[in-house]
Amino acid sequence: MTQDQTRASAAKAVGARSLRVERLGRIPYARGLEVQAERVPQVREGERRETLFLLEHDPVLTRGTGTQDEHLLATEAELGRLGIELFDAGRGGDITYHGPGQVVGYPILDLKPDRKDLHRYLRDLEEVVIRTLGRFGVDAGREEGLTGVWTAAGKIAAIGVRVSSGWITSHGFALNVDPDLSHFRTIVPCGIGDREVTSMRRILGGSSPSLDEVADAVVEEFAAWFGRFPED
Amino acid sequence: MPQMGESIAEGTVSKWLKELGDTVERDEPILEISTDKVDAEIPAPADGTLVSVEVQEGETVEVGTIVAYIDDEGGAPDQAADDGGQADDSAESDDGADEGSGSSRQAEAQAEQSEKAEEGEQGEPEPATDSDEDDEVSSADSDDDRVRTRSTPVVRRIAEEHGVDIEDVPGSGHAGRVTKQDILDYIESGASEGAGPSDPQASPTEDRPAAPPRKTPEARPTPQPAQREEAAPSQTPSRQEPARQARPAAAGPMDSSEFFKIFYNKVEHPEFPVRNADSVEPMDKIRRLTAEHMVLAKRIAPHVHSFIEIDFTRVDRIRSANKARWAEQGAKVSYTAFVAFAVSRLLRDYPAINGTVSGNNIIHRGNVNLGMAVDLDPGLIVPVIHDADDLSLVGIGRKIIDLAERARDRKLQPQEIQGATFSITNPGVLGTIVGMPVIPKGTAAILGTGAIEKRVVAVTDPDTGSDQIAIRKRSFFSLGYDHRLVDGADAARFLAELKAFLEDFPEDV
Repeated sequence: MTQDQTRASAAKAVGARSLRVERLGRIPYARGLEVQAERVPQVREGERRETLFLLEHDPVLTRGTGTQDEHLLATEAELGRLGIELFDAGRGGDITYHGPGQVVGYPILDLKPDRKDLHRYLRDLEEVVIRTLGRFGVDAGREEGLTGVWTAAGKIAAIGVRVSSGWITSHGFALNVDPDLSHFRTIVPCGIGDREVTSMRRILGGSSPSLDEVADAVVEEFAAWFGRFPED
Repeated sequence: MPQMGESIAEGTVSKWLKELGDTVERDEPILEISTDKVDAEIPAPADGTLVSVEVQEGETVEVGTIVAYIDDEGGAPDQAADDGGQADDSAESDDGADEGSGSSRQAEAQAEQSEKAEEGEQGEPEPATDSDEDDEVSSADSDDDRVRTRSTPVVRRIAEEHGVDIEDVPGSGHAGRVTKQDILDYIESGASEGAGPSDPQASPTEDRPAAPPRKTPEARPTPQPAQREEAAPSQTPSRQEPARQARPAAAGPMDSSEFFKIFYNKVEHPEFPVRNADSVEPMDKIRRLTAEHMVLAKRIAPHVHSFIEIDFTRVDRIRSANKARWAEQGAKVSYTAFVAFAVSRLLRDYPAINGTVSGNNIIHRGNVNLGMAVDLDPGLIVPVIHDADDLSLVGIGRKIIDLAERARDRKLQPQEIQGATFSITNPGVLGTIVGMPVIPKGTAAILGTGAIEKRVVAVTDPDTGSDQIAIRKRSFFSLGYDHRLVDGADAARFLAELKAFLEDFPEDV
């Protein structure tokens, strides 16, 4: 019995809800959609526990229904050269980049029992990321009216969520640990033109924790903030 | 446009998932909206036909705006889409207003219900009575609707195809919902055929309206005692449907592992009538978790308590002698710290007491982590001293003060309330002589320390061997232990050794 397991069983003892944590490694964006599409109804039906998927995506630009074309700065040929896929995500919102070096979290939660407030949920996700960053000495916060997590040097995490019928969440956040920041130059991130995108590596002066270390911290902060106990 | 959050004033219709004239089922997503970084599916509030779309894709409208009309199959279009949605949502936002706070509106409604029940209305067999009352809880809560809230369109379709009454299917899903698997299992089991509960002689009109035990315990009829016995423990936290789960639980195909999963994980508190002068408030989060935990803890572990009286004269002397020195180090060492120190040194030798039953196994914990109950007044929290056996007496003293302070300021880290392998609670702090504490789930024992007070006792002079009457500081300790794992003699040995340790506390710590 590891310390974590001990902790988990004790958290269970105080009545917290179980959270399944699944680490999917690096997967294409489409695969990420698939696993979520599969899990959402299962969580809604109570067939599976609430889940936090943690993963990394192959380089991809996802276009929302609200995407303005001028926010895509690269041609398809350029994207092809960079190995970046262009994906129509069928969601709201503007264009977003995902790629290696990001910790992407897709929480599939049931907000119905205690959290039926979308803004609150967004702020909760921001809080988890801010606390995670704090652990590594990265000072981050919120910007009024701009969902996401920001540092003095720019945006460090993007947040976008979906709530399916029955208050089941999907999508989530993407935290820049050490992505190829040049890839962000292919877009105007989320339509916000005058702000930089940054990463933990850049802020920490060229060294950054591993994705696994950050993911571990995310799990702990997420569980703590949402009052869940994580189990594999 | 439903209210999707306190600070959300408007939403944009991003996509209609249904077209004009489409048949929609209740809970089936009919449109998607987006607000700042969030996409949300909006389910139909009722069965029917989508007869009018008022807000087009891309339009942004204020919360409360009617976005569509659903004809619920009965003639003229009514404003089901908005009305139902609004009603649903107002109930919802109550629920979601604060973590843990239930719906006060609902509580009131239920209070009203209970009163009615007290007045005897619950005995009326007409289903109308039932649904009338339900309307007070939520407009979506009609008898029929409540069944639907326990299932999804897929499940309802399967039920229809097989002529199964969903009410008869035990729901294992969230809040007692009937999942697809549940209904498939049910059909497979053949329970839907023959003299099952779906038969008319199950007499829904007599049985159902009178049955809901949620109104008041007295309201529960006693038609089939055997059924009730089996059914009672299977109640899940579904606030809505204990009766309905209960009935099929007896007749349905719930296997024992499923039964115990619910029995050991879920709690539903029975409701009681509210009287005129009473007030009703929802339990806050800590209270709710505590209530749940206490019920489960008692359900799981057969509790036994043993008591011992311990003399604190020596501890008291050591404490007084070192108080100034400890104060210089900025530390305060309470009686509880002495007890925690002693316990942490002994627990290594009592693996059963520092363990837990898990399935058919015994887990012997590799750490000694002491949970220390802290009174928050109101409420209680149990911060944990991890690896207490590695800490010195002063270290434990400091840790207790630190944890208790931060517990009261609500500043504990989650890991600081997790992982206890043994707990100590101090009912004696306000003078109580002794308590019989509940063993926290996942552990095997808890120590309750009574008030330390001066008592007149018979002592034997060690030099002369003669008995004398003396005044000593003493306290009753109780050990609550899980009798599956800890035998009475183990407990007795542990308590005796604890007594010996404290009464002969090492001078040099």
